[in-house]
Amino acid sequence: MAEEAKVMTLDKVVVRFSGDSGDGMQLTGTIFSNLSTIFGNEISTFPDYPAEVRAPQGMLSSVSGFQVHLGSRKIFTPGDKADVLVAMNPAALKVNVKNLKPDSIVIIDTDSFQASDLQKALFQTDDPFTELGLTSVQVVAAPITTMVKDGLAEFGLDNKSAVRCKNMFALGLVCWLFERPLEEAMNMLQNKFAKKPTIAKANTKALTDGYNYGHNIHASVSTYRIEGKKSTPGFYTDVNGNTATAYGLIAAAEKAGLQLFLGSYPITPATEILQELAKRKDLGVVTVQAEDEIAGICTAIGASFAGSLAATSTSGPGLALKSEAIGLAVIAELPLVIVDVQRGGPSTGLPTKSEQGDLLQSLYGRNGESPLVVIAASTPSDCFDAAYWAGKIAVEHMTPVILLTDGFIANSSTAWRIPELEEYPSIKPNYVANYKGEAPWKAYRRDKDTLARYWATPGMEGFTHRIGGLEKDYDTSAISTEPVNHQKMVMTRQAKVDKVADYIPELEVLGDTDAELLIVGWGGTYGHLYEAMEQMQENGKKVALAHFKFISPLPKNAAEVLLKYEKVVVAEQNNGQFANYLRSKIPGFNPFRFNRIKGQPFNVSRLVEEFTKILEA
Amino acid sequence: MMTAEGIKYVPKDYKSDQYVRWCPGCGDHAVLNCMHKAMAESGVAPHNMVVISGIGCSSRLPYYMNAYGFHTIHGRGAAIATGVKTARPELSVWLVTGDGDCLAIGGNHFIHAVRRNVDLNIVLMNNKIYGLTKGQYSPTSDRGFVSKSSPYGTVEDPFISAELTFGARGNFFARVIDVDLKNTTEVLAAAARHKGTSVVEALVNCVIFNDGIHKKITDKEFRTDRTIFLRHGEKMLFGKDNEKGLVLDGLKLKAVTIGQGGYTLDDILVHDAHCEDKTLHTMLAMMADELPIALGVIRAVDAPVYDEAVAEQIKEVREKKKIDSLRDFLMIGDVWK
Repeated sequence: MAEEAKVMTLDKVVVRFSGDSGDGMQLTGTIFSNLSTIFGNEISTFPDYPAEVRAPQGMLSSVSGFQVHLGSRKIFTPGDKADVLVAMNPAALKVNVKNLKPDSIVIIDTDSFQASDLQKALFQTDDPFTELGLTSVQVVAAPITTMVKDGLAEFGLDNKSAVRCKNMFALGLVCWLFERPLEEAMNMLQNKFAKKPTIAKANTKALTDGYNYGHNIHASVSTYRIEGKKSTPGFYTDVNGNTATAYGLIAAAEKAGLQLFLGSYPITPATEILQELAKRKDLGVVTVQAEDEIAGICTAIGASFAGSLAATSTSGPGLALKSEAIGLAVIAELPLVIVDVQRGGPSTGLPTKSEQGDLLQSLYGRNGESPLVVIAASTPSDCFDAAYWAGKIAVEHMTPVILLTDGFIANSSTAWRIPELEEYPSIKPNYVANYKGEAPWKAYRRDKDTLARYWATPGMEGFTHRIGGLEKDYDTSAISTEPVNHQKMVMTRQAKVDKVADYIPELEVLGDTDAELLIVGWGGTYGHLYEAMEQMQENGKKVALAHFKFISPLPKNAAEVLLKYEKVVVAEQNNGQFANYLRSKIPGFNPFRFNRIKGQPFNVSRLVEEFTKILEA
Repeated sequence: MMTAEGIKYVPKDYKSDQYVRWCPGCGDHAVLNCMHKAMAESGVAPHNMVVISGIGCSSRLPYYMNAYGFHTIHGRGAAIATGVKTARPELSVWLVTGDGDCLAIGGNHFIHAVRRNVDLNIVLMNNKIYGLTKGQYSPTSDRGFVSKSSPYGTVEDPFISAELTFGARGNFFARVIDVDLKNTTEVLAAAARHKGTSVVEALVNCVIFNDGIHKKITDKEFRTDRTIFLRHGEKMLFGKDNEKGLVLDGLKLKAVTIGQGGYTLDDILVHDAHCEDKTLHTMLAMMADELPIALGVIRAVDAPVYDEAVAEQIKEVREKKKIDSLRDFLMIGDVWK
C-alpha cells in the first residue's frame, strides 16, 4: 500500500483520548495538544474526568477522557464528535460510542479487550464493535500493553511502572497518524520526569515504539495532515481558563501598581487558580490557603481594607458560603474580585462537570439590597481579559465584582498570545488622594461621576476611619439607622453599580446585520454558539450572535440590540436564568429559550438543529 | 513611649470622636480605656493601627478608637484580621471579639489564626453571655447556667479560653479582669509587644444580662485570695500580703500558706512564661475552685510568625527568580512565535 495515497489534508479534526482514570489520558491529551499548537494549529481542548480520584478500574464510571479539536483555522470548541478515538479499554469505547463519527479511526489496546474487561464494561458478547453498532469505523487493534512491556524490558522496571507507559505508546501512534515530529514530545517528557530519569527514558521509548509501530505496520488507515498556520504575530503560550484567570488578576495588579492577594480554599474546578497564584510568589503574589471558604473571602476582604487588589476563587458551593462576606464588601464598598468557576449544582452536584447555574446566585444571592458587578468570561483566553476587567472595575469603582467562569473553559486549553500590557486600559484605584471636595473627607464621601467612595488605606496619615457592616450616614459616615438615609444609601449603592455601564464596552453583534434570528448567550458557551452561527450561515441562514460578558450592569445598548430582532433565542446551560434576568431588565423582551443542563458543553450540531427549527417556525 | 520620629503619643490620640454606646457599668469601657493607654505606651501611630472586630457588644470597640477600624461580620474577624496582617505585616493589627463571636460562630477562624501564629493582638471580652441578643447562654457559660435560651439550665460544658488557645498551639495567652485597670494596661502592652498571636482574655461584667458573673473573683474583698497575678520570673504569690503561693504537689498545683505545713518561700514556684512546654501554663490557666484564678501573662513564647514567613518566602523566591513582570514570567515558559 502506498503511504502517500492515505494522507488526508483536513482543516480540522477531533481527537479523543479515553481510558481508565489511572491510564494517564489527561497527560497524553495535554502533550498532544501542546505539540499541535507548537506545530501551528489552533486548538480547543476538553478534559472530561470522573469526580473520584481513582474510580474502580475498568468500570464505565471510571472512564477519563480528553478531547482536542485542532485545525488550521480558528477553533472555538473542542468539537462534538471524534474523528479519532483512542480507547484504552472496552469501557472507554462504550462510553464514547455517541461521541464518534461513523467513519472515525478507533485505536484500541487489544490486551485490555479480554473477556473479563468486556464483562466489567457490561458487554454481552465478545465483539464490542458489532454490539455497539460501530460497523463503519476503522479499527487499529494493537496489543499495546504487551508491546510496551516487551519494549521496556531493558529498563528493569517493575510490571506496574512499565504498563503505566502505555499511554505514551498510544500517543506515539497518534503522532504517527498526524505526522507530528516527536522531538517536542520528548522534551516535554524530559521536563515532566526531570527527577526520574529512568521513567523519562521509559516513556520516551514507549512513545517512539508507538510511533514506529504505526509507521511499520502501515496500518490500513488514513493519516491526517492539518496544516499549521501563523496567526497574529507575537509570542504564544498555552493557557487554560484557570491559569488565564490567575494571569489576568496578576496583570490587573501590575497595571494598578498594587500587591495581588488571594485568599482561597481548594474546591473543584477552581483550585488551579489558587495553585497557580501560590506559585507566583516570584511576582510578589500573596496567597493564603484559608481554613474554609468563608475565611478565604474574609482574608481577601481584610487585604482589600489594607490596600491590596484582593481576590478569592471558588465554585458554586463556596460562593454560597461566601454570601454574607460578599454583603460586607458591598456595604463597606471595598474592592474585591470573587471568581466563581461554575460547576453542576445544587449542593455538591456535579463537581467535575460544567454548568451556568450560579448566575442568579451571583446577582441576588445575598441578604438585603446588595448590588454588585457581575462579569462572565467567554473563552479560556478571555478569562485573562475578564479577570483584568474585574480587577479594574473593583478598584476604580470600589465594589466587589463576581467573575463567572465555568468548569469547561477553566479546564480547556488554548494557544494564547502573550499580551503587551500597554495594549490594556489603565487601572487607577480611587485613592483618597483623589478627593478634592471642600468638606472634610469622610469614609463615604463619593466621586461625583462614579459614586465610588475613596480608598484610604492603613498607614495613610490623617485618614484614620471606621467602616463596617452597619449602615452609615451618607454625609457623616457614622453609624445610622435613620430611615431616609438608609433608602438613600441603598439607592446610591445601586446607582454606583449601574454607573459602571458608562465605563464598559457596548454589546457587539456578530454575524449577519439582517439576521432573522439573534442568538444570545453569555459566558463559557461562546465558542459553541459562534460555531453554531457559522454553520447556520454556511447553510444559507441569516443569523447573528450577541454574547454577553458584562452581566451586571448590562452594556448600555443591550435593550436596543435585543429588541431589534424579531426572533431571539437565549441559549444557556441552566434553566433559563439569564433569559429571566434579561426579561426583568428589558420590558417587552420575550425570547425563545434553549436550555441544556447536562454538565456537558453544548453540542454544536444540536444547536444548529434547534436554532434552525426556531428560525423556520 | 517616644517613637523613632520623636512623636510622643498620649491615650487621647487613640480616642475617636464617637460617643461610646455601651451600657453604663459595662466592663468593656474599662478595656477600651486600657487599650488607649496601652497603645500610647506602645508608641504605634494611630494611622498604623488597625482594629478589626466581629459582631457583639465588644465588637463596637473599633468605632471608639482613632485608628483604621473595621467592624465586620459575626465570627469572621480573625480571618479578616489575618488578611490585613498578611497583606501588610508592618501594621499593628488588633482583633476585638467576645465569647460568642470568637468561640462559637468564629471558633474555626480563631483556632486557625492561633495555629498559624499570625501576629495579631486578640482581645477576647468574656462575659459568659450573649448581651447584644439580650441574654442567651454562650460557649463559656458554666454547665447548668440558666438563661433565656436555657430556662432549665444548660446541659453542655463550656470552653476554657486558655485551654482552647493552647490546644490550637497558642504561644501567648493572658487573662485580665475589667476592674483592674493597671494590670489590664500592662498586659495589653505586653500583648502588643509579643510577636505572634497574642490572646488576652478579659473577664468583663455584663451589668444587664449577667451582672456579677465574675464577682466571685473580682470583688475587692476576695480578689487577692481568689486570683493570682502572674509575672514572668516572679514567685507565684497571692493573698492580701502575698502570704500564699503555689507549689507543685506531685503532678498537681497546690495553694499553700507560707510558714504553714512546712512550706517556705523557697518552695513557691517561679513563673516562667517563656517555657516552651505548655504543661504548667495549662495547669495554671485551668486553676479554679480551691485554687486562685490565674491572671496576667500566663504564656509568652516566641515562635515563627505566619505573616513574616509569608513575606520572607516571597522575598526569597523573588531574589532567586529575578523577574519583574507577568510578561517576564510568561516569556520564560513554553513559548513559541
